[in-house]
Amino acid sequence: MIQIEYFLFVSAIMMFAGIYGFITRKSTLAILLSIELMLNAADINFAVFNRLLYPNGHEGLFFAIFGIAIAAAESAVAIAIMINIYRQLQNISVDQLTKMKW
Amino acid sequence: MEHTIFILLLPLFSFLLIGVIDMDITKTGKVWSHKAAGLIGTSSLAVVTLLSYLTAYEYFTAERLTDGTFATIVPYNFTWLPLGTLHFDLGILLDPISVMMLVVISTVSLMVHLYSFGYMNGEKGFQRYYAFLSLFTMSMLGLVLATNIFQMYLFWELVGVSSYLLIGFYYTSPAAIAASKKAFIVTRFADMFFLVGILIFGYFAESFSFSFSGTIQLAEGAAAFQTVNISKEVAAAGFLIPTALVLMFIGGAGKSAMFPLHIWLPDAMEGPTPVSALIHAATMVVAGVFQIARMFPMWMEYAPDSLSIVVWVGALTAFYAAAVACVQTDIKRVLAFSTISQIAFMMVALGACLPGHGDHLIDNHSSLGYMASMFHLFTHAMFKACLFLGAGCIIHAVHSNEMSDMGGLRKYMPITHATFLISCLAIAGIPGLSGFFSKDEIITACFAYSPLLGWWMTVVAAMTAFYMFRLYYGIFWGKDNSEAYAHHTPHEASWTMTVPLIVLSLITIVGGWIPFGHLVSATGQAYDIHLNTQVAVTSSVIAIVAIGLATWIFAGKQQPIAQKMYAAAPRLHRWAYKRFYLDEVYQFVTHRIIFRRISSPIARFDRRVIDGFFDFLAWGTHRTAALIRNFQSGNVQHYAFAFLLGALLLLLLMIF
Repeated sequence: MIQIEYFLFVSAIMMFAGIYGFITRKSTLAILLSIELMLNAADINFAVFNRLLYPNGHEGLFFAIFGIAIAAAESAVAIAIMINIYRQLQNISVDQLTKMKW
Repeated sequence: MEHTIFILLLPLFSFLLIGVIDMDITKTGKVWSHKAAGLIGTSSLAVVTLLSYLTAYEYFTAERLTDGTFATIVPYNFTWLPLGTLHFDLGILLDPISVMMLVVISTVSLMVHLYSFGYMNGEKGFQRYYAFLSLFTMSMLGLVLATNIFQMYLFWELVGVSSYLLIGFYYTSPAAIAASKKAFIVTRFADMFFLVGILIFGYFAESFSFSFSGTIQLAEGAAAFQTVNISKEVAAAGFLIPTALVLMFIGGAGKSAMFPLHIWLPDAMEGPTPVSALIHAATMVVAGVFQIARMFPMWMEYAPDSLSIVVWVGALTAFYAAAVACVQTDIKRVLAFSTISQIAFMMVALGACLPGHGDHLIDNHSSLGYMASMFHLFTHAMFKACLFLGAGCIIHAVHSNEMSDMGGLRKYMPITHATFLISCLAIAGIPGLSGFFSKDEIITACFAYSPLLGWWMTVVAAMTAFYMFRLYYGIFWGKDNSEAYAHHTPHEASWTMTVPLIVLSLITIVGGWIPFGHLVSATGQAYDIHLNTQVAVTSSVIAIVAIGLATWIFAGKQQPIAQKMYAAAPRLHRWAYKRFYLDEVYQFVTHRIIFRRISSPIARFDRRVIDGFFDFLAWGTHRTAALIRNFQSGNVQHYAFAFLLGALLLLLLMIF
């Protein structure tokens, strides 16, 4: 039996890797990847807590599935936005996207 | 008396109709030609005139009450604006003076409407002109029919505004615009005192209504008058009610062009001449006199001493205006100053009333001036309107206001000449004509008040005869300006212009024989006018001497005596010609002192201190925002980083 801490350790690493990527990356695509990473870390936590603490319930699993669906929808929208931005500016790095700033 | 409401509604209706429907002078694509405007205005006014005569006939032939007065009839009165215990009413009040004013206003107004057909023919804005005339007539009738002082004030402002609109009728001429603004501002300034007077009076008398004017008969459904209820404390204080009345008099002095608020009236002559005849000679300018007559019982009861202010202001104005009129060269200016002087006669007469003897506060002998003033108001309206309309005919014929462009016109304009002469004789006070009777009563009242005042007004009456005949000779006699007339021979005006002259001069001839004392008097009881032989003879002799003097000086083709007189006292002549520099004094006081020393420091305070404070607030906000706006980079990653730090901080707080 793998201990719960090992799972949580992996998900924490994923989470902080996502946060680090979100803050530091300039490419919007990389930022999107970081967000996915953070969402997946949360999904792992849902699944782990459900499996190991409440083996008879399924709520955590359902939440994980919801999270995956939302992540998919979100990436579709985000990529559509990025394509539009690219058509306008031929560039998708965040420090170049100042057109709508004051 | 229910029909009296139409006296107000018809002119209002015709004002709205003429004002709204587009009738162009060119007739292209318009519903009606501009003549229709004149026709609508004149015919509605003809109906109003008939109604007024009917009212006057019914009113004065009705049976007198047991105390010998006519009942004060209130056919309409409704509460318009309740104000705590007080309320403002609107209604119609008929008493001898308001009925008399109805006749005067509707007669002169009808004549002016008819006359304007000829005078304003082909003028741009013909329709606008008739719309304003209707508005004015409605307001003036409303003023005299008011049931309370507040309604009077309402219509008082309306006549002011229509006067403003009509003076500025030729709005492309800068002089007319300046004159209209001057008239409006000066009278508005005076009206401010009137309003304060009304409020003080209303507060202490607990009523705005003219409940003191005679025995009131309310029609069914009319709101009851609040009775004037001046408490003993207020009456004993002795200054509150007189102050209110004197403040109202200042308002009246502004409208009636009393010294020193007269400065607007001579300039108001920039308006069309029929307007001068209607507004600035016969009706609106006597509103101040009418106001004092209306409040007369209050003056007599609570402020008999303050009437001396009215007397001396009037006496000074009468003399001043007569002196200026003697040297003016613009014929309308001469008539304007003559108007000021004659209105001052009415004011003096009202002021020269003394409280009655014995039980009665007012009796017809001591208050002869009241009757004399109203009588003079009536006769003056007729002959002065006739003079102004005559002057209009002359200006129409020679296209100039200056006496030097006239002379010898009697051959060219016989009707104008005859009517002008009749009116001049009437204003000079030649026996038999209307002016003689009314002026005589005024001078008798003045002698009863004080001999000094009596002689003073006699001198002014002599000056009146002198300057009127100087004007008459300057226009109709003297040298024939044949070179000026060569390219355009002056001719008599069309019938629409001469008929009003004839009608008004006929009234001037017979007006004096009306038993006026039976209709209007201070107590309301019939009063027989006795000619005071001494005064009558003196004033007729003086009038004839003054006319003779004017004939001697001004009737010839050359005027050596006049030239010599000007040369003998050049400074006096110049001062009088310049109206004793009063306009310049006003100019100095308003521009140099009030604008520069008071208004502009206040404006500077406003701009620097008050505006400055708010500018500082705005500037401070702007600077602070500029300083801290760099935090809002707009970059999501920065926000996320700040969020992360905050979240970690909270976590640390929770752990420890």
